[in-house]
Amino acid sequence: MSEAHVSDTHLPVAHQFEDEEQQFQSYSLGMWVFLAQELLFFGGLFTAFIVYRHMYFDAFVAAHHKLDWKLGGLNTLILLTSSLTMALGVRTAILNNYKATIGWLLATCALAFGFMGVKYVEYSSKIAHNLWPAGDFVFKQEGIDAGGAQIFYGLYFTMTGLHGLHVLVGILIMGWLVFRIYFKRKEVVDYIPIELTGLYWHFVDLVWIFLFPLLYLIG
Amino acid sequence: MSAATTSQHKGSVNYLNCDYSLKSWLTTLDHKRIGLLYLIAILIFFLIGGSMALMIRYELLTPEGDFLMSDTYNKTFTMHGVALIFFFLIPSIPAVLGNFLLPLMLGAKDVAFPRLNLLSWYVFMAGATLGTIALVAGGVDTGWTFYTPLSSTFAHGAVVLAVSAAFVAGFSSIMTGVNFIVTIHMMRAPGLTWSRLPLFVWAHYATSLIQVLGTPVIAITLFLVGVERAIGIGIFDPKLGGDPVLFQHLFWFYSHPAVYIMILPGMGVISEVIACFARRRIFGYDFVAYSSLAIAVLGFFVWGHHMFVSGQSMYAGMVFSVITFLVAIPSAVKIFNWTATLYKGSIHLTAPMLFALSFMGLFTIGGLTGLFLASMAVDIHLHDTYFVVAHFHYVMVGGQIIAFLAGLHFWWPKMTGRMYPEGLGKLSALVTFIGFNLTFMPQFILGYMGMPRRYHSYPEEWQVLHVLSSAGASVLAAGFLLTIGYLIWSLWYGEKASANPWGAKGLEWQVPSPPPTENFEGKPIVKEEAYHYSPELHEEEKEYEHV
Repeated sequence: MSEAHVSDTHLPVAHQFEDEEQQFQSYSLGMWVFLAQELLFFGGLFTAFIVYRHMYFDAFVAAHHKLDWKLGGLNTLILLTSSLTMALGVRTAILNNYKATIGWLLATCALAFGFMGVKYVEYSSKIAHNLWPAGDFVFKQEGIDAGGAQIFYGLYFTMTGLHGLHVLVGILIMGWLVFRIYFKRKEVVDYIPIELTGLYWHFVDLVWIFLFPLLYLIG
Repeated sequence: MSAATTSQHKGSVNYLNCDYSLKSWLTTLDHKRIGLLYLIAILIFFLIGGSMALMIRYELLTPEGDFLMSDTYNKTFTMHGVALIFFFLIPSIPAVLGNFLLPLMLGAKDVAFPRLNLLSWYVFMAGATLGTIALVAGGVDTGWTFYTPLSSTFAHGAVVLAVSAAFVAGFSSIMTGVNFIVTIHMMRAPGLTWSRLPLFVWAHYATSLIQVLGTPVIAITLFLVGVERAIGIGIFDPKLGGDPVLFQHLFWFYSHPAVYIMILPGMGVISEVIACFARRRIFGYDFVAYSSLAIAVLGFFVWGHHMFVSGQSMYAGMVFSVITFLVAIPSAVKIFNWTATLYKGSIHLTAPMLFALSFMGLFTIGGLTGLFLASMAVDIHLHDTYFVVAHFHYVMVGGQIIAFLAGLHFWWPKMTGRMYPEGLGKLSALVTFIGFNLTFMPQFILGYMGMPRRYHSYPEEWQVLHVLSSAGASVLAAGFLLTIGYLIWSLWYGEKASANPWGAKGLEWQVPSPPPTENFEGKPIVKEEAYHYSPELHEEEKEYEHV
């Protein structure tokens, strides 16, 4: 607010801050604290998963065989690549190359849509095979507790669903960033929001890195 | 900016009268105004939750269930808990006094994220609206704890709405926590080192840690309950082999630390008030500061003491019991250090000080009876009785609400620019103290004799104690209404307050009452430790200079 003008080297400083340094550190600390909160948010679900996996080990193993690890693996690949494109977007933003930044952000968005597309394929096949836990859930296998399998799918849909919701939010934020860079400030890229979005995006990626082996791989 | 403001500072432009329009309030980014917005919001829920308490006590005047039938009674105590815990106690001190005071105490112009701060109020109001709709749309009869499978399968009423209300309000609490942590780390004035921070700030730091690390767990838990009830994905459903005790674990993983959200900020207030009116530096500053953190950290490892009789393993119970006893240590450190601060202090019995002294007594009783409940063998007898009810009301009402009142009186001149009537203030401290003890002391005895909580009828031989308790509740209500009454009265007719009517230390007292929008004229530099008091109530020593 106070006479902080946009020039080549200076970013605008909000009125509550003294200088750019304090502002940047506050924003990034705020993001990290927010991510700590996110960790605990998913932590509750991971705890539930571990407890039930322990209680219904056989059912969980049997149920996880019906998930397609190849599609899950593809999605892992997609998200990891998107983390790379995001990181490149942050770097170009710091270098003030706004065209490249827009490109990398759009690439990240495209990969995120790809992830959601694969999820859509997976979800519809699960629902087609009567594995949607709130519908007519059918799971028949010798010696396997169908209730345990149903809880597995309850957790599967809740965990991947909430994760997918985070991916969607990420897409929205990146869309907003692209819009902002393209229309608002061509002369200087305010890289802080991009860096913070990057942190968020890597976190979303990281959650998947834990979800994938827990749900798809371990037997 | 500083050049422009020097000429106008002696004038009366402050954060209250700089703009009167409704829009300027609803779009304000000023932490002081947001604090007042919260104050108004939580006052409404205090009155709703409080009148439900009165309905409960009115019903319990007679042994038969006559005024409220079982179903209505269940809904009444549920909404009493939901309204007062999620929509009054949790935001009470942090969102009102914390919001108002943290930037002032730190020498900052505002919190680190003013827009997030305003957003937190809107999110809170969205949650509050959902809660109100839940109340009107049939209420909830599960108790504020929403235990499964009662809440997910069997309960009547608007469980999904009520759960969503708490879920949404939780995010407002998280936003406040994130904001405070960053503000305390990044926005301190030059010279204001961690060891010079007012203890109020330390207490809020500890509170914020709990808000940020605990609240998301209850958010996901309530989300699972909502999903189970609304869509039918049954994570906790016993029909499928789901484990209702898992719900209790997840619920109390937040809700026990949340109990400390409802007491730590109060302890911060008491430290400020006692230091000011004993005219002494808080005895053992470091211990009091770190005891806040100790309570916050230990608080995350005691949740199992709510499940001694829920089928939890006995060995887990023993561990939880021991850790629960450990929480008593930092709590006692505070009480002992406040007492030591009073010793040879120059004590001034103003209204805030009376509230603070009342806090010390009531919190001690609340804390010590917690140890009864932490002992597994005793808890089997006392679990879910009125003993528990009395115990946590001693901490939440006798602790947090009394501390809130102490703080509200202490900083009222700063917030409003007006003095409250001192005589009525003292009367109110006395009336609430008497009313409170009369309400809840008999409940300890009732609980010990076996009166279970959440019942609307009881054997006749307990009527005397119940009548005493109900009588106390009306005295307490009179005390609260008196306070609300004269505080509102003082907004117009109270004596004008000077910048520092108590001769108190702390940066917030070095700016005019009420403070200007940007808080400080220049950038304050702190040159001395907190609570550098001299015995007399004399005025206005500068402890910092402008640059």
